[in-house]
Amino acid sequence: MAASRSTRIDRWVEWLVTAAGMTGLVALGLILVFIVREALPLLFDGDVTLGKLVLPQPWREGRAPTWLWQPLSRVPKVSVVPLIVGSVKVSAVAMALAAPMGIAAALFSSEFASPRARELLKPTIELLAGVPSVVLGFFALTVIATALQTLFDWPYRLNAAVAGVAMALAIVPIIFTITEDALRTVPNTYREASQALGATRWDTAWRIVLPAASPGVLAGLLLGFGRAIGETMIVLMASGNASVVSLQLRDPTRTLSATIAAEMGEVVSASTHTSLLYFLGVLLFVLNVGLNASVGAWARNRVLRARGAHA
Amino acid sequence: MVCLAAQAWSGTVTVKGSDTMIDLAHRWAKAFTRQRPDITVQVTGGGSGPGLAALESGATDVAIASRGLTALEDQRLQAKFGEPPLAVAVARDSVSFFVNVKNPVRSLSLEQLRDIFLGDATQWAPLGGAARPLVAYTRENTSGTYAFVRARVLGDEDFAPTMQQLQGTGAVVNAVSHEPSAIGFGGTAFARQVRVLAVRIDGREVLPTPQNVASGTYPLSRELFFYLAPRPSADAAAFLEFVKSPEGQAIAGKAGFLPLS
Repeated sequence: MAASRSTRIDRWVEWLVTAAGMTGLVALGLILVFIVREALPLLFDGDVTLGKLVLPQPWREGRAPTWLWQPLSRVPKVSVVPLIVGSVKVSAVAMALAAPMGIAAALFSSEFASPRARELLKPTIELLAGVPSVVLGFFALTVIATALQTLFDWPYRLNAAVAGVAMALAIVPIIFTITEDALRTVPNTYREASQALGATRWDTAWRIVLPAASPGVLAGLLLGFGRAIGETMIVLMASGNASVVSLQLRDPTRTLSATIAAEMGEVVSASTHTSLLYFLGVLLFVLNVGLNASVGAWARNRVLRARGAHA
Repeated sequence: MVCLAAQAWSGTVTVKGSDTMIDLAHRWAKAFTRQRPDITVQVTGGGSGPGLAALESGATDVAIASRGLTALEDQRLQAKFGEPPLAVAVARDSVSFFVNVKNPVRSLSLEQLRDIFLGDATQWAPLGGAARPLVAYTRENTSGTYAFVRARVLGDEDFAPTMQQLQGTGAVVNAVSHEPSAIGFGGTAFARQVRVLAVRIDGREVLPTPQNVASGTYPLSRELFFYLAPRPSADAAAFLEFVKSPEGQAIAGKAGFLPLS
């Protein structure tokens, strides 16, 4: 009697927990279905062709065609190339700054810091995650822009570098937290064995513990990149919002997310512009998920091979 | 108890639209609530375009716009309401171009301004300034001010892609005040810590002073509008009456705008 009742409770709880876990997946799926459905009219719209989205468009008499995002002009120009370049550029700058800082801080906190120092460091960095992105954007617009302007004397005050630096501040806590947790789950036996063989603490940390934690570190980096590419307020305020294709960090740039935020309020329902903005949302989704899937698969392959799983 | 009951029956008027007018709308709302404490006025910005889109979708009672309706907006609002929306001019404003106070240039002609924002003029030296590359700021493309400058100064041509788009005239003024080689534009009421350029017409330099704007000598003046449903609610109509009254117009004057004479 008691056994069957506890099995029933077990089954109920298992069902409940599975349902709770599935809601995340279901929500993601429904969001994707919704934005794809809203972007679908573009396929049947004669004005927006793949060429117009991807190839340079003529914009003024006597000027070479160029990639341009100006959907509200007399002749709408809808190249997504400057937007994709902008999103990737700012995210790359942010990752280049945040990844070393986050991983180094996590290494220090997990391998070298005294317990008291760790107790001070970890919540402080995680507090940075609590700063609203609009505050970071405002900080970038006033303080970071002025600082970089006095340091480098670039022609443009608001550019991809300013937005990238502010974005790095936003994603360091993510990378730090996940990397630190991954490092802490590496069993102590690894460290003890390494030090017993005569390695220094730094050798142990850099050559043994960090590679052992690499799946977790990679997950943290991918999550940080996902946050960076979707971040809106910081780039809206601090990147200059000029839709130019340029690889220079000191040029202003326009990202996918800032474009959606800036133009969504204007759209009267069910117009080409609305579908275009949803299409930008689909692009953001595809960029993020695509990167996660491909890098995740490649990394898993590498790690398995390094551990000798593929004989 | 009675106060709570009164609060429950208070009317609400939502006002949405132009960032140029948002500060003015806030002042009107505050003064109006003092007169009619039973009505709450909620003011949001976002640009003239989003304001008119919200009027069409029914999300707002009053759309404030710093420009007239486009053909498409007119069509859609007529389709929604069955007749044209109620359009009322509530103040006058001038759009001026600003540069950094360190910039020696004091006036530019309309042709020179057109060249700058089309991307043809990229250096300050030919315009009378120091030898520095020119950096231009505009409003975001949902802004009524953006549309106004594109129509009046650029002749409906597009801004160059290198123009940097910022949200709100305040952001443009802030950027120009920090960058010696910058130029931007916006409502004259927002010009603080920057130099307002005079427009050179027929050899004369015309500053956007209230007299020049009222007489029409300054070429870039415009009316600011309230758009409502053809049969607005009593609360919205009361707010509109207040705005048009001498008291409302005096508030506009104090905010740096020009009352309708």
